[in-house]
Amino acid sequence: MATPHNLRVGVFVCECGRNIAGTVDCGAVSDFAATLPDVVVVKQNKYTCADPGQMEIRNAIAEHKLNRVVVASCTPKIHEPTFRNCVREAGLNPYLLEMANIREHVSWVHQDDPAGATRKAKDLVASAVARARKLEPQVEAEVPVTKAALVIGGGVAGIQAALDLADAGHQVYLVEKEPSIGGIMAALDKTYPTMDCSI
Amino acid sequence: MMDVGRHPRIQLFTHSEVETVTGFVGNFHVTVRKKARYVDETACNACNECVAVCPVAVPDAYQQGFSSRKAIYMPFPQAVPSSYLIDMDACLGNNPIACGKCADVCEKHCIDYDAKDEIVPLEVGAVIVATGVEVYDPTEYDEYGYTRYENVITSMEFERLICAGGPTAGHFVRPSDEQRPLRVGFIQCVGSRSLSPKGNPYCSNICCMNTVKDTLLLADHYPDVESTVYYMDIRAFGKGFEDLYRRSKEAGVRYLRGLPGHVREDPASRNLVVTVEDTNTGHRLEEEQDLIVLACGVIPRQNGGNVKHLLNLSQTADGFFMESHPKLKPVDAPSRGVFFAGCAEFPKDVKDSVTQAGAAASRAGILLSTGKVTIEAITPVIDTEFCTQCGICAKVCPYGAIRPPDARTGRYPEVIEAACSGCGTCAAECPMDVIAMRHFSDAQILGQIDALLEDHPEEKVLAFACNWCSYPGADLAGTNRSQYPAHARLVRTMCSGRVDEDFILHALMRGAAMVLVSGCHFADCHYINAVTWTQKRIEKLWNRLDRLGIRPERVQMEWISAAQGTKFASVMAELDRLRRTVTPEEIEAAKTILAAEFEKKAERLRKQRARMKSQREKEEVDVA
Repeated sequence: MATPHNLRVGVFVCECGRNIAGTVDCGAVSDFAATLPDVVVVKQNKYTCADPGQMEIRNAIAEHKLNRVVVASCTPKIHEPTFRNCVREAGLNPYLLEMANIREHVSWVHQDDPAGATRKAKDLVASAVARARKLEPQVEAEVPVTKAALVIGGGVAGIQAALDLADAGHQVYLVEKEPSIGGIMAALDKTYPTMDCSI
Repeated sequence: MMDVGRHPRIQLFTHSEVETVTGFVGNFHVTVRKKARYVDETACNACNECVAVCPVAVPDAYQQGFSSRKAIYMPFPQAVPSSYLIDMDACLGNNPIACGKCADVCEKHCIDYDAKDEIVPLEVGAVIVATGVEVYDPTEYDEYGYTRYENVITSMEFERLICAGGPTAGHFVRPSDEQRPLRVGFIQCVGSRSLSPKGNPYCSNICCMNTVKDTLLLADHYPDVESTVYYMDIRAFGKGFEDLYRRSKEAGVRYLRGLPGHVREDPASRNLVVTVEDTNTGHRLEEEQDLIVLACGVIPRQNGGNVKHLLNLSQTADGFFMESHPKLKPVDAPSRGVFFAGCAEFPKDVKDSVTQAGAAASRAGILLSTGKVTIEAITPVIDTEFCTQCGICAKVCPYGAIRPPDARTGRYPEVIEAACSGCGTCAAECPMDVIAMRHFSDAQILGQIDALLEDHPEEKVLAFACNWCSYPGADLAGTNRSQYPAHARLVRTMCSGRVDEDFILHALMRGAAMVLVSGCHFADCHYINAVTWTQKRIEKLWNRLDRLGIRPERVQMEWISAAQGTKFASVMAELDRLRRTVTPEEIEAAKTILAAEFEKKAERLRKQRARMKSQREKEEVDVA
């Protein structure tokens, strides 16, 4: 549990155009973030995921010697890989990134309560910073891949997928429940829009 | 089809089903049950002598039951593999005294009534799910009389009747009298776009164009046939579709905007009388047709559940498999290394199925060509110093990724990292708190809880949401702009199985009004059955809270899928209502009670650890 004593957290608040800033007071969130423990820099951006936004993160990591990064923007399901790559390029372990979801979980669902939304956004940023302060670098294990594929279902889609993979040089096992491949397509007379034979 | 049969790198298993799948991305262990065909496909030369002597005739499913086949049969002339099999449910030959005729005439001796199923093990790195759809059964639309009137047929039955390889050799006749119909009515959207309990709410995608195609086939074969299409919208959205639709209208096909309310048969002529409102004019019409074709939609495979469980797949509300992301990963399953092709993901036509199959093959090919895959660093680390070797971690692991301890030999539990998916159930269940989850540690999660509840905790709902269902469910509420009160604060864990009882109690001790634990529905759990441990844990916790004098309703448990954004919003609204019933007095009382409980637990662990330490020192002295 090697938590460094010289934690240096950078917080990047994204406006996402009007998507976040239309409801959440991003300036207030940024000001609040600056008061949180170990936060040494806060930047606000129109689109943090865009190149200039990512550039700002990389520059701040270098300039402020950041060792933890918090991005307050959209759901991590969309952009966690983006920002993990971004901090990796700046020399940080990608597991030292944390996101606060202030779009899907805040601005988009509390459009009629901007004050409540801003309070919630601050809390989520505080939570992300608290978590970031406890994050540790991690190393991902690498495992080899068995160079063969299983295709379940021998209709037109399974047939095509199996042929493509096999033509690309991979071993393919095609499993079909019925006694013949062909699926529903094989029972059709003609197919649209070309009106040609199905088999 | 033929290409598949002869491709040197494709091994084809027909009449077979995947029985088990274990392992993980890049390293799946699969077993396939190759069901007995009772005919040796390698020796058979398709002489057809067996079929000629077989005395058993059953309806031929390929021909939609319009003709019959024998108990020994080839599914259809172009079948791949091109070989026979015996339908043992129909065959008499299990007992050679009863029959055995086919075996008698088979010069190659390919027939073996005692053939057994074979179990074949396979090792693969990627899986493509192309399990397709089933055609909707229109029986429940009783107003169309599908089961009562012989001359009401489905679109699949139409295919066989118009096909040169069909039961009538392509001579288009109606079932009741085998006469050629001169007036044919097509009824659209049967089983699709229905908000009533009958049928399904979604558009089946293919039926409009299939009907357009059918009308053109009829016009081409029989220019004297009058076709009428009863529809609500014609969705001719694809490349070349509008052109085809226009050609159909130019060929004289009549398109009438209105779905019939009723179809009845004239018992004398066996013709059908359709009652329909022409919604363009508002007129109620009664029209006579010689034959009615129901443009049936498609439905998810009803036995797809097996594949779903084998591969940990999720389904959207309509029952089709859910993709990882509708735009960014449209052919990836949420389980890594699994991809979708064709209608299993959603109804689509041949062109789109082929397109998606190419995409799925490409995605799988990337994985296979790269040759290696990284495992996310979210696996547990067991600190064996104070491990009592109780074995609970190994017992609750859904993946068998923890080698159980053995107190007799002194072996401690051991994590098999490559098999672990990081649900965190082991860490939540460890009674000694010696399991640390990488990247989802106790310190990290407790830090989040403290930060979220720093200010006015009594106004807040602390919600744990799992990475695969509830959290994206909350995301979907956002994407849909479903509004709900702004009092909820989410903490994401990979699985609800990670939510340690202590996290919940800690939140209540910090003064949270309400705590929610949310996860995947049981059938959707991305960690096989980890969610069942969540449920057991919460049920136990409710009893404990009750004993402690804390209102159990303050801890709620909900299963919310990634497709249930609306449900997430309504759960949040309900939690907000409950939150208002929690009094400041009960929050304060709970804080005091739980602080004492945590102190008791810390004391118990301290004592137990001290005992273990002195025991160990004693043993070391003894050994010395």
